[in-house]
Amino acid sequence: MRYIPNSPAERESLLAAVGAASIDDLFATVPRAVYRKEPPGLPPPASEIEVRRDMGRMAAKNAHLGDWTSFLGAGLYSHHAPAFVSQLLLRGEFLTSYTPYQPEVSQGTLTAIYEFQTHMALLTGMDVANASMYEGASAFVEAVLMAERLTKKKTKVVVSAGLHPEYRQCLRTYLVNFPFTIVEVPLAADGTTDAGALAAAVDDATFAVSVQSPNVFGVVESWKVAADAAHAHGALAIGVVNEMFSLAVLEAPGASEIDIACGEAASFGLAPSFGGPLVGFLACRDAGKRQIPGRLAGRTTDADGKPGFCLTLSTREQHIRRERATSNICTNQGLFALAATMTLSVLGKQGLRETAVQCLSKAEYLKAGVEAIPGPFSVAFSGKTFNEFALRCGVPVDEVLRRAEERKILAGVPYARLEPAAAERRDLLLVAVTERTPRSGLDAFLDTLRSFS
Amino acid sequence: MSDHGTLPSAQPPLRADARLDQRRHFGSLFDAPRTGRVGVLLPPLDVPEADPAALYGKAHRPGVAGEVEASETDVVRHFTRLSQMNFAIDTALYSLGSCTMKHNPRINEEIARLAGFNDTHPYAPEHLSQGNLELLYRLEEALKVLTGFSRVTLQPSAGANGELTGALMIRAAHVKAGNARKHVLVPDSAHGTNPATAHFAGYSVIELASSPRGTLDLAALDAKLTDDVAALMITVPNTLGVFEENILEIAKRVHAKGAYLYLDGANFNAFVGKVRPADMGVDVMHMNLHKTFSTPHGGGGPGAGPVGVGASLVPFLPVPTVERAGGGFRLDFDRPDSIGKMRAFYGNFGVLVRALTYILSCGNSIHEVAENAVLNANYLRKRLEPFYHLKYDAPSYHEVVFSDRRQAAAGVHNIDIAKRLMDFGFHPPTMSFPHIVPGALMIEPTESEGKDELDAFADAMIAIAKECETSPELVTSAPHTTPVRRLDEAAAAREASRPGNFAPVLRAPVA
Repeated sequence: MRYIPNSPAERESLLAAVGAASIDDLFATVPRAVYRKEPPGLPPPASEIEVRRDMGRMAAKNAHLGDWTSFLGAGLYSHHAPAFVSQLLLRGEFLTSYTPYQPEVSQGTLTAIYEFQTHMALLTGMDVANASMYEGASAFVEAVLMAERLTKKKTKVVVSAGLHPEYRQCLRTYLVNFPFTIVEVPLAADGTTDAGALAAAVDDATFAVSVQSPNVFGVVESWKVAADAAHAHGALAIGVVNEMFSLAVLEAPGASEIDIACGEAASFGLAPSFGGPLVGFLACRDAGKRQIPGRLAGRTTDADGKPGFCLTLSTREQHIRRERATSNICTNQGLFALAATMTLSVLGKQGLRETAVQCLSKAEYLKAGVEAIPGPFSVAFSGKTFNEFALRCGVPVDEVLRRAEERKILAGVPYARLEPAAAERRDLLLVAVTERTPRSGLDAFLDTLRSFS
Repeated sequence: MSDHGTLPSAQPPLRADARLDQRRHFGSLFDAPRTGRVGVLLPPLDVPEADPAALYGKAHRPGVAGEVEASETDVVRHFTRLSQMNFAIDTALYSLGSCTMKHNPRINEEIARLAGFNDTHPYAPEHLSQGNLELLYRLEEALKVLTGFSRVTLQPSAGANGELTGALMIRAAHVKAGNARKHVLVPDSAHGTNPATAHFAGYSVIELASSPRGTLDLAALDAKLTDDVAALMITVPNTLGVFEENILEIAKRVHAKGAYLYLDGANFNAFVGKVRPADMGVDVMHMNLHKTFSTPHGGGGPGAGPVGVGASLVPFLPVPTVERAGGGFRLDFDRPDSIGKMRAFYGNFGVLVRALTYILSCGNSIHEVAENAVLNANYLRKRLEPFYHLKYDAPSYHEVVFSDRRQAAAGVHNIDIAKRLMDFGFHPPTMSFPHIVPGALMIEPTESEGKDELDAFADAMIAIAKECETSPELVTSAPHTTPVRRLDEAAAAREASRPGNFAPVLRAPVA
């Protein structure tokens, strides 16, 4: 086996040194009834040549976005990834290190985590951000649990129907064994969360009010409406963002009294990778930091007074607190938080803004194009959007996808795929653009729609 | 060639060591005083430019104040220098016990970066994602072969997330049977995620004291194993590196009470290919793909924590599952008893690609991973036993847990030994657990170290043991050769109450 460095002779010498006659001796405390003398029922070891052939064959069966014009989004957007990022990620010092438990030999990772925290805090307008979460949906669940700990003795969480359905599904999965109720607030006709219904749903038992902006239909929400509804009853407001470029042109949740911001930061240079690994984030006001889950890097000094970073406030965590920990989370998304940090560093202030303006401009161009086509299509909601919108289709959505595929276009995500139970939304197609979408692709999309006129 | 000697200079020459410190760049990119620099170029905007200020009105934000302004050179150098301050498996043996820091083959990285995997969207139509679904199907099949389970979900994002998935399935099964039950039993040697997970699944935790051998005490188990117990969560080999000899009897007693046996598969690397957990009576087990199956740890993630289950728990698996359909594959969301979703999309797919690549590369020799991991750990144990105290002397598997008891007499503690090991060029062992070994030094060499590296590590540990006797201050003041010296972690926690410790203060305090 090529990943075992010791030669057979070296293995024999190690066996002799430990005083074992054979490998079987080392496994003597395994019950004989279950100890397998036969090799496992897998094929023989594959060489790199064979692995490349086998895996390459499977990879070739997928539609990869470089080959298609893609309008797929719905919580995961395909933005430009600077070339140096994937190359630096391959540096063994980043790739093959682990959680920086020993700060003296982990200043690289710790500094990068601190920078990730800083980027997230700047973007969201919050005071504190953690070292990253698995991905957006579970980050949202952790935010809800955190809000419950910060408010105490309350039992109700209010969520907008504009929150990504997979995020709402995860919330139900994780909360099933807690004595909490989840109340869903519908959207108004313009696609924003119904402000009246939201205010009415919140009461003194409520610990969290959650909205996503732009929401799953791409519509920009008012953070203030959610924050006011929450604060009127002593609840905390959670702002969810899964298209982070929106924060270069839209008000930060932290600027509008949102208490906890969370979501998905994969837009910053991560490949979609069929949905993972991604990089969730969680940020909060200073008052919440002792209830934040996951790792936190903080500033300190060494024995000579030289500045450095280390993990801190670990008394919140499972390895110290066990069943009283703020979360059972152990790892974060280290390498991909690093990728996002590298991407943000090179984009910088100007690149963030330019990218956001391009996304917005292309989406506005596409929306105007849709409205100009006579026939069975319209923009479903009148609310303002960023880089994604819901297209209402007067013909079967699947037929739109099919005709688009003939032109090598992935036309979007049918809303029914996210929430099959929502029969009244079966005619919606979520359409997203990024700075990677050229005008020729936008025009080809519009041509596809025109073919139904 | 220019003549450096003729360059005009009004200042005293820069000292080389000061320059080195500068290059090591203590501090973040945010500290660098640069403005107006740009690192990317976008294509020209090819549609009319929208005006966000006009569109959004009061909700408009003019930009992200405080963000970095740097060139590509600045950024590449910054991160390259940061990398140089990290210790990694690629440089030397990384003895961090329980974390299984083994070599990460680079073919795994190459395959995961194929555009056909990497640049694919989870909401692309199924007929355009058949290669991805086939990969998921094949990985599940391979893990079924190695574990003996009926099904494996690949969705959990990491080991702890897998634990929670397993615990939620157990709870769902009990609820379906009419009684959720109240407690989960966890040995006192367990990793901290186990009790934390049980709590988040809605159970109270009952801790079981270990036997003098460091294994589960059957009498302690019997005393706590009531009809209110939902499951026993056990780690095999446990965090002491000791195999539960009585595992079959344990399974029998747990099942007799209608409870489930949960196996924390963090240490699957000690018996992969040698024992199938399902054969031991295990009902559910998570696997840390970044441990046993060698996907990179990446400075703290991403991991992946697939969970295998026996037939009785199959209905409760998260959605979707991958099923064969006609000549291809499809996602099945229609599973009425499912616990639901643990995360958005289908899992850490890129990690799953790496794991399947590794399994194909190892093939039916994968049991050699376990054999050599155990052999290497036993060799280190043999060499270090004369110098370090071993609280539990039961046979070791993939790791060995010494303690600082002998050195503590001279005022040297495990943390000092750990820091001194850095001066010898090795990553320290784990010290934070198991809690039943005070002053723990948990060493896991893995199968990917050769005899020469094992010897170099043992020589370093032995040299430190001698220093503890001859010059303990050398050890207690270590490390001496790292980019920073010992960091004041207590100060970081104290300083945490100062706003801005985790990120710059951005706004005036709001009343």
